[in-house]
Amino acid sequence: MFGLTALELARIQFGFTISFHIIFPAITIGLASYLAVLEGLWLWKRDTVYRDLYHFWSKIFAVNFAMGVVSGLVMAYQFGTNWSYFSAFAGSVTGPLLAYEVLTAFFLEAGFLGVMLFGWNKVGPGLHFFSTLMVALGTLISATWILASNSWMQTPQGFEIINGVVVPVNWFEVIFNPSFPYRLAHMTVAAFLATALFVGASGAWHLLRGNDNRRVRTMLSMAMWMLLVSAPIQIFIGDLHGLNTLKHQPAKIAALEGHWENKPGEAVPLTLFGWPDMEAETTRFAVKVPHLGSLILTHEWNGQFPGLKEFAKEDRPNSTVVFWSFRIMVGLGMLMLLLGVWGLWLRWRGRMFETNLFLRFAAVMGPTGLIAILAGWFTTEIGRQPWIVYGVMRTKDAVSNHSALAMSTTLIVFIVVYFIVFGIGTSYMLKLVAKGPAESEHEPDDESGRPARPLSAAHDQMDMFASAHQDRKG
Amino acid sequence: MGIDLPVIWAVIIAFGLMMYVIMDGFDLGIGILFPFVRDREDRDTMVNTVAPVWDGNETWLVLGGAAMMAVFPLAYATILSALYLPLVLMLLGLIWRGVAFEFRFKADEHHKPFWDKAFAGGSYVATFFQGVSLGAFLNGFPMENGSYTGGALDWITPFSLFTGLGLIVAYALLGSTWLIIKTEGALYDRMVVLARPITLTLLAVIGIVSLWTPFAHPDIAERWFSFPNIVFFSPVPVLVLVSSWLILRSLQGTPHVAPFLLALFVLFLGYSGLGISLWPNIIPPDITIREAAAPAQSMGFTLVGALFIIPFILAYTAWSYYVFRGKVKAGEGYH
Ligand code: HDD
Ligand code: HEM
Ligand code: HEM
Repeated sequence: MFGLTALELARIQFGFTISFHIIFPAITIGLASYLAVLEGLWLWKRDTVYRDLYHFWSKIFAVNFAMGVVSGLVMAYQFGTNWSYFSAFAGSVTGPLLAYEVLTAFFLEAGFLGVMLFGWNKVGPGLHFFSTLMVALGTLISATWILASNSWMQTPQGFEIINGVVVPVNWFEVIFNPSFPYRLAHMTVAAFLATALFVGASGAWHLLRGNDNRRVRTMLSMAMWMLLVSAPIQIFIGDLHGLNTLKHQPAKIAALEGHWENKPGEAVPLTLFGWPDMEAETTRFAVKVPHLGSLILTHEWNGQFPGLKEFAKEDRPNSTVVFWSFRIMVGLGMLMLLLGVWGLWLRWRGRMFETNLFLRFAAVMGPTGLIAILAGWFTTEIGRQPWIVYGVMRTKDAVSNHSALAMSTTLIVFIVVYFIVFGIGTSYMLKLVAKGPAESEHEPDDESGRPARPLSAAHDQMDMFASAHQDRKG
Repeated sequence: MGIDLPVIWAVIIAFGLMMYVIMDGFDLGIGILFPFVRDREDRDTMVNTVAPVWDGNETWLVLGGAAMMAVFPLAYATILSALYLPLVLMLLGLIWRGVAFEFRFKADEHHKPFWDKAFAGGSYVATFFQGVSLGAFLNGFPMENGSYTGGALDWITPFSLFTGLGLIVAYALLGSTWLIIKTEGALYDRMVVLARPITLTLLAVIGIVSLWTPFAHPDIAERWFSFPNIVFFSPVPVLVLVSSWLILRSLQGTPHVAPFLLALFVLFLGYSGLGISLWPNIIPPDITIREAAAPAQSMGFTLVGALFIIPFILAYTAWSYYVFRGKVKAGEGYH
């Protein structure tokens, strides 16, 4: 297809399917914890706002979760189908980590999900809350294992190569490899940020439409607090992450800074914008801030770090792509911080719910968490190239022997199916968001009052109306 | 002699895959039965009987894949890449039916029929290609120097297409007998009626596969029919016949759980039959579990977790089934 080789097609296929996948887990991780907080607040304060919000977001959670599960299923098999030489070579490391993820996380999520979504009236409030907590915990455990696996591929250690396969000799070192703590922290906070932006944008959108009520305000307010706390933390972690990467994958840092060479004794500027040209070995149209590159990456006025020319051509990642994906992520991170701080200021002035410009900004920022996550992963993964296991195995040696014809056929099918299925799914999610959190007193607006299927939790909403009536009577 | 890690792991993976076949089998079976049930409300009830548990059921499939990669990486790499196309098609089928659980109820009236078709179609496609993969697996994979040397379409054989169809029948039986437990009224009656021809068809399928396999694979024939093996193994076909007969008998009254349990037993027997045919190979025809095994460090590390955690998984899974026990009434769903 388009003259692409089987290897390139395999990479596109992996990148495409995992990019779709990561969107859903990011929201799953954030929403699960948010739901746990809402349910906790409801049980503690008995304020119906929290219960209404719980039921509202749990329906959206259900749709999102289903999409996360089916897109994840594809990932679990893709290592074997598309990267068989990688699996045969390093499956002894990534396999156990994935197996632990299934055992400790996926089963936990799946086992308690049914009760969480359909069990509001089937079990007591304590058990129900426990189920929500287990689902939330499951999503975090899941992130931990998969990121250990990915980080090991970035900064491998704790293994030997015997008879041409990876033999893990120290599991502690394998799991707690040098980039793992940074990546785990960065990705978890990224999921919380993306969810806060999504929730906040929903609230802002309703306010802009004049749908002003306590539930909508609460959700915007909670999201803005989350953003205010997480955005600076994320920027801080990101900085540490970059310093750590400089230590272990200097070529990646050189590429994402568009930094080609050092002159003796001279500081490295920070290239704000430009166009790294891999052929000409220079960054064109560069807009530079002197000394800032040194300052950020070495914390010294005149510090130096390796430039791309110090690496053999075949060992260089594509600077053009990662330079820009990195800037998109960082730029969006700054905008998130701005939104959080602006929210705080308006809140202090008592105008957070009325300032149209702010609400518009919050609404527009809705998808940026997910965009930043994708940009971040593109930076990380493309910056690792040409290696699949950094410094140990090259991507070109990892790919299965499929023909370009087989790969392009499946790729086209994946693209078509994913856009249809996840496109429609996303539109259902947005439709649910647009309905807004219903108040307990309302008539159920559910189709024919049929209890929806369990995963939809739409039914619980009705039960909840009933119990709200009782609450008032009692 | 110490602990024999590859053998323990082969047993655990076999157990995991069997859990998958049993559990996702009945919820795929519900999709397979969709075309035989026209009533919208009945279809909702059918879906509602599995909605709280299907994700857990499918997780056993993920466990099968992950554990294979962990402890038999060579088998994971070889089998999955040799079966690339059928597996991709299976995954696509699972995508359609997985999201249909959720989307059927979110769609407006216009699109509901579309998601019903997606649910049924996805279930058929996923099941068929699982069965095809199974057939291709039994046929074996040509290997040289640790990598697969066959072609991209080698999995298409009359035998594998037949096992594909056979698995559809098997899951349909699980689905119908599951619905006998979980439903009442007209839907229940319909399932009791349907279960009978399905059982008979499945019996025929099992018979044909049992003859075809040894016929096509002399080494498997040798294993089954040589003395004394034949004495040990002969209970398997006998028990299949007896339990099928018991299913048919129980369908004449007002059955409850009996047909489902018996259907599970039949599948278990068929499954152990496969195990007997394959043992100790993991990449048929001749790579054994020992040759494909991961380093002891990987097997041991994963085993600790598996032995410790699987009992908990079984416990809370059972609890979740318990919470959603009992008949699902039409138009009622879960409270
Ligand atoms: C940072 C988090 C994260 C990342 C990087 C990934 N996943 Fe994921 N995955 C999750 C976080 C997650 C989750 C939050 O746990 C999900 C999302 C929705 C869900 O059901 O669980 C999930 C679902 C999910 C499922 C379905 C589980 C089920 O049946 O319940 C599978 C098989 C995978 N993932 C496999 C993968 C693989 C092989 C990945 C890498 C190549 C991967 N995921 C990246
Ligand atoms: C979830 C978010 C992730 C995203 C968005 C992502 C993105 C990408 C992209 C864009 C590529 C293609 C790079 C290229 O070919 O230039 C890629 C490759 C790859 N990534 Fe990731 N990745 C993610 C997570 C992971 C995780 C968690 C793992 C492992 C556990 C992983 C393992 C791989 C592998 C095996 C390849 C294929 C070989 C390669 O091209 O490097 N990725 N990923
Ligand atoms: C604004 C300051 C930020 C800085 C300095 C920063 C820094 C970095 C660096 C250096 C990497 C690459 C690490 C490596 O490959 O070794 C990275 C990756 C990543 N970033 Fe950021 N980041 C920032 C903001 C954000 C934001 C706001 C998000 C999302 C909401 C985000 C999400 C990600 C993700 C998902 C990855 C890939 C996974 C990983 O390697 O951790 N980042 N970030």
